[in-house]
Amino acid sequence: MIERIRKLVAEFAGTNVDVGKLGDDGDLYRAGMTSHASVQLMLGLEEAFDIEFPEDLLTPDTFSSISAIAKALDGLGVGVAS
Amino acid sequence: MSETPSLLRRLIDAGLFIDTGAPGLYGRSGAFEDVIDRIDAAFVRAAGDDVTEVVRFPPGMNRGVFEKSGYLKSFPQLAGTVHAFCGAHGDHMELLEHLAAGEDWMAKQQPTEVVLTPAACYPLYPVVAARGPLAPEGGLFDLQSYCFRHEPSEDPARMQMFRMHEMVRLGDPDQVLAFRAQWLERGQALVASLELPFSLDLANDPFFGRGGKLMAAGQRAQQLKFELLVPIHSEEHPTACFSFNYHQDHFGLTWDLKTAAGEVAHTACVGIGLERVAIALFNQHGLNAADWPAGVRKALWG
Ligand SMILES: [Zn+2]
Repeated sequence: MIERIRKLVAEFAGTNVDVGKLGDDGDLYRAGMTSHASVQLMLGLEEAFDIEFPEDLLTPDTFSSISAIAKALDGLGVGVAS
Repeated sequence: MSETPSLLRRLIDAGLFIDTGAPGLYGRSGAFEDVIDRIDAAFVRAAGDDVTEVVRFPPGMNRGVFEKSGYLKSFPQLAGTVHAFCGAHGDHMELLEHLAAGEDWMAKQQPTEVVLTPAACYPLYPVVAARGPLAPEGGLFDLQSYCFRHEPSEDPARMQMFRMHEMVRLGDPDQVLAFRAQWLERGQALVASLELPFSLDLANDPFFGRGGKLMAAGQRAQQLKFELLVPIHSEEHPTACFSFNYHQDHFGLTWDLKTAAGEVAHTACVGIGLERVAIALFNQHGLNAADWPAGVRKALWG
């Protein structure tokens, strides 16, 4: 799942750092993701994993790193093995 | 009926507001406008010795500039676009027939190059960017404009067309944040001199939709927006009379605004809602400005 997330981050987050080189815990906002880009990433994740983030997860923390996104998806029942 | 009439009703009955039939769109009396002028002057006085460049734009802005500004990403629900009849003679006849029959006559209305200005500072950034990099001391501008937001309401403090006076700072992050910190103090001092109860709070813009929830949470987490709130119709939901906004490099990147050092410029603006402050004054001190407390009259009329 981490690799799927990484691909979506590369597509939507608009970081100015190569996402391939960004660690799982690397801060995406610090890597140049704007707030508008974080919305695009959120929508991209929802479409790719066919989920809807509940309102309490619509915070910067949820989308701050690849591992934070993985954790949120895990909590939404998106299996790590998927 | 013993029920207290609404503030809107009282403003209209006192002749301060003139009902136009459209919610959030009011005429203003001379007495009301005198207060607006005085608040406007007090806001400029609060800037002290600041050397500002005064710029005025009409309440409509270039649609291309508006489109590029990013406003539609965040607030599509608030924008107002200007449309005009672009048909031929036959279309005109048709328009008049539809109009006479009370039917939809808008079919041949086309978008113009004009969008209603949503905030006084929006037209400024590309104009400054076109001049080239900022001077080492950055830029400081004084803007005032009627603004439009599509949010029809019976709350007189939530109008669709209202005036906003803004000071806008462009420069490096330190310059811009120092400006905002200074105005947080100036704003509170001004409202205190008007003997209005107020509080200062972290705030977020009314971003649209589910994505907007994330935008709003991010804006709060980064403390990008503060509001100076005055209770008008409710203690629980006080009304924002000033906002203090740090845009980071949003407009700098959008318009390729550069500092003297060649970095992307950061920007901030402080805005006062002139009608909101006036309404807060009438609500707090009474509908006849001649009867306001001496301190308030002195702060405004000198
Ligand atoms: Zn502004």
